[in-house]
Amino acid sequence: MNYSMLDQVGHSTLGHLEYIGGLVIQSGRTIRALPRTFPMIGNWARWRSALVQMLAVGVDAIPMVGIMAVCSGFILAMQGASELRRFGAIQYVIDLVTIGFTRELGPLLTAIAVSGRSGSAFSAEIGAMVVTEEIDVLRTMGIDPVEFVLAPKFLAALIMLPCLTVVSSACGILAGGAFMRIATGMAFGVYLSGVTHSIVINDVMTGLLKSLAFAAIIVNVGCLEGLRVRGGPDAVGRSATSAVVKSTFLVILADVGFTTIFYLTGGQ
Amino acid sequence: MPEPAISVRNLVVSYDNRRVLDGINLEVARGETMVLLGGSGSGKSTLLRQIIGLAQPESGQVIVNGIDLSTRNRKELKKLHRSMGVAFQNAALFDSLTLEENVALPLRELTRLDDSTIRLMTWMKLSVVGLADFRKLTPQALSGGMKKRAAVARALALDPELLVFDEPSAGLDPIVAAELDELILALKKAFNMTVLVVTHEMASAFRIADRMAMLYQGSLIAVGTKEELQSSSHPRIRQFLDRVPDRIFQTASTRETLEHYLEGGLL
Repeated sequence: MNYSMLDQVGHSTLGHLEYIGGLVIQSGRTIRALPRTFPMIGNWARWRSALVQMLAVGVDAIPMVGIMAVCSGFILAMQGASELRRFGAIQYVIDLVTIGFTRELGPLLTAIAVSGRSGSAFSAEIGAMVVTEEIDVLRTMGIDPVEFVLAPKFLAALIMLPCLTVVSSACGILAGGAFMRIATGMAFGVYLSGVTHSIVINDVMTGLLKSLAFAAIIVNVGCLEGLRVRGGPDAVGRSATSAVVKSTFLVILADVGFTTIFYLTGGQ
Repeated sequence: MPEPAISVRNLVVSYDNRRVLDGINLEVARGETMVLLGGSGSGKSTLLRQIIGLAQPESGQVIVNGIDLSTRNRKELKKLHRSMGVAFQNAALFDSLTLEENVALPLRELTRLDDSTIRLMTWMKLSVVGLADFRKLTPQALSGGMKKRAAVARALALDPELLVFDEPSAGLDPIVAAELDELILALKKAFNMTVLVVTHEMASAFRIADRMAMLYQGSLIAVGTKEELQSSSHPRIRQFLDRVPDRIFQTASTRETLEHYLEGGLL
């Protein structure tokens, strides 16, 4: 009984280590292939493919990310106001929303939205390519699937996640302003003036840095899940689910790591 | 003696401690059409994946066009893949690309030819397989036979020395399958390529093969000309050629078991 349990723990640990190893190796190969997707110095076909991905990952996600941020900004302002009002410090809602979104909620909400939308799409697309032998075709042609399929997605996410993070933070902060207007009658200009006082460039930069790391996680987990598909259409569906679950988990884990580092180094 | 196009030596492949290929030795001469026969699960697709460099063996050696696949030298492998065209069982065309773009893909990716030359070469390859008029269509608009022919055109794009077909006749009606056989024969005659075909369609195999190899439970049980295979007395080859089933559905015993279950017994 004990042996069996130890056996299972061992197998599970090895499985997780193998997964992390695969993720690290694939990330390294994708980073190496990244220059091939750049315009001018790379391959134009890859750049065109990256542009298509940017539309799918970034532009198409703006409504979803925007609405999520507006709702979250409104909720954060309401929850903060209900407590701060008791101490006559309702004006601190401006700091709460501004700092909350630039440091934390902007990058995190964006990453969760993109993980759900694009992480699953990457996994399903590549999984279907594995099932229909399209990845094998590329290999037998001597074309590197990492460069052909993964690298354009990686570049698109690296560019679009910080952009979406800015959109998300802006929407969240504006929603906070709308709440303050409704709840306290604060003029929007006064609110924006408070925002400009609260906003710190260092917070914005750390938020954008986080979004780059989240982009790398979402793309690499999504693509690895797709490449690991074995079997038929049901395996493609499972890989899409797994991509969302794993990338969301790893994004939150990375966020904890980043926040701890910034906290300990006095950044936040 | 000239170097063979494909040389497989003592190849062993296992999955999950189950030996799928057990010491395979096979040589395919240049310009020869070798048909690899075998039933479902005999290991022929596994052997094919080894020969086209998509998998690594447990032990043994696969040498294709003088390149040892076990070296895993990326430059060498790239060189090998440029000299090889593979037509997969399900055609595996890229659905988002037109036929023309599918065939042009290896030319665009692996050569520095200008656009007009690529377009001309693509048209020529599609003409060879009779699909030049359909070049603007996407794969969804094509029949199964047309997709397979398009896959052949793409495999021919870089004028390979070795052409590999995985189950070319599978899922096709007899007329389209016969057309594909004639296409393989015509290509071989025109370009003098080495052709490796994996199939279990006997009529197709006997039509196109110069030599045949038969796999059974991970081992080669026969390698020879089609006449040699046809006259073989090996029980498994005879069973395969004469279409004798392994087991016959036992209706009587099924009924007895069912009656026993309905009377409250266990299955």
